[in-house]
Amino acid sequence: MPAALPVILLTLLEGAVTAAQVALGAALIAFVLGLALALVDVFSRFALLRTAIGAYVEWMRNVPALAHLFVLYFGLASIGLRFSPKGAAIVGLGLVGAAVLCDVFGAGMRALHVGQREAALACGLSPLQALRFIVLPQMLRLTLPAIGNYASQLIKDTSIASAIAAPEIMFYARNLVTSTFQTPLIYASAVLLYASIVFPVSWAFNRMERRLGVGR
Amino acid sequence: MNDILLTVKGLKKSYGATEVLKDISFQLQRGETLSLIGPSGSGKSTCLRCVNFLEKPSGGEIVLEGERIGTVRTGNGRERIMSDRELAPQRSEIGMVFQGFYLWPHLNVRDNVALASIKAGGMPRAEAYELAEQMLDKVHLRHKAGEYPERLSGGQQQRVAIARALAQKPKLILFDEPTSALDPELVGEVLGVIRELAEEGRSMILVTHEIRFARDVADRVIFMDGGVIVEEGPAADVINRPCKERTRAFLGQVGEAAGLAA
Repeated sequence: MPAALPVILLTLLEGAVTAAQVALGAALIAFVLGLALALVDVFSRFALLRTAIGAYVEWMRNVPALAHLFVLYFGLASIGLRFSPKGAAIVGLGLVGAAVLCDVFGAGMRALHVGQREAALACGLSPLQALRFIVLPQMLRLTLPAIGNYASQLIKDTSIASAIAAPEIMFYARNLVTSTFQTPLIYASAVLLYASIVFPVSWAFNRMERRLGVGR
Repeated sequence: MNDILLTVKGLKKSYGATEVLKDISFQLQRGETLSLIGPSGSGKSTCLRCVNFLEKPSGGEIVLEGERIGTVRTGNGRERIMSDRELAPQRSEIGMVFQGFYLWPHLNVRDNVALASIKAGGMPRAEAYELAEQMLDKVHLRHKAGEYPERLSGGQQQRVAIARALAQKPKLILFDEPTSALDPELVGEVLGVIRELAEEGRSMILVTHEIRFARDVADRVIFMDGGVIVEEGPAADVINRPCKERTRAFLGQVGEAAGLAA
């Protein structure tokens, strides 16, 4: 018996919840780790650290995310380190995202004139205060468009987690197709579901950019 | 009167093999305005930036009111340069005004002036804002307190930067070519403010290309070239009657450009 549209949508929505969890978890890792790496890369005196970060960024960005997920999920399992599919997706996409955002944040901080920070230090602010009140707010404003791009890319990339059987939208869509054969309806629903998540996110970032006068 | 505020002794700075400052020594009296002049690359800006350790000197010492700036004696009796965190309290006693203003564009004028008082000085916000308004009044920009820097002219931005330095209640203010980035018609308003500060008896070091201004406002002038002090003395003497050939040559060049002879 063909599944009715409400059943399809409810099933896919369940996948959307997983996709959202993966995206938020990965974004958190990417943001925190990416910022930490960028700060070390920009401010550290140790050339070896900077080289290591550069190598990490290049490596993560030049290997497909799917390959990273396979390594985390199947590769580490063979040496006894077992992730859940969702866990592997969060960590994998998070580590890839950290490389992307490290690049973005680093470029943002380098784009700031060195005088901005010097003026803060000259006023008697500590380096941490200069970072918190002067460098980071301006860096985030400068990089907001790139962060927005990353966020929508990340949401779309959660779909590759279906390849390691994380129960997200495409995973359920394929299952539904093999059990009901209503291919066009199911995939069209999946497409619309992705769009209905990504468009508002992009819109929110655009709005934020306008409010903060980015690029003005 | 002999009330020494700042002593710079044997100051050296090298970048790799290039020696930018070679054994610079001078003193600043409390309430005195000292002007550093000299050709581009003579080391005068580097010298100024060494005073608050934005540049770390390669040798020598800076003493402000008896306190060594920027270095501490370690357990084994050797000197080491302080970290930026350790330097923060010392730097808050030394105001600095930059050639490029460097107001913080994401903060309005009031917050630009008040930020350091609040965050570094621990002053309550209301009090810091009151102080900021007073300092903005001194540079005749109280009415711009709510504006963002991008809405101000270059001259106004530099005056805000001066107010920001004043809000630190500094013992000493450093001016690093404060008018060099300004359109000619905006130079006057900034120099006017600096002149008022000099007349208030603030202690200031001014690196400038405005020779005539240095002559009129500074108590003393130091002429630097090639990383050394070539000549120093009362402003009018050094600029009107220089003894050294190099000083004469430099003043001749800039004098022609600025019509200094008048």
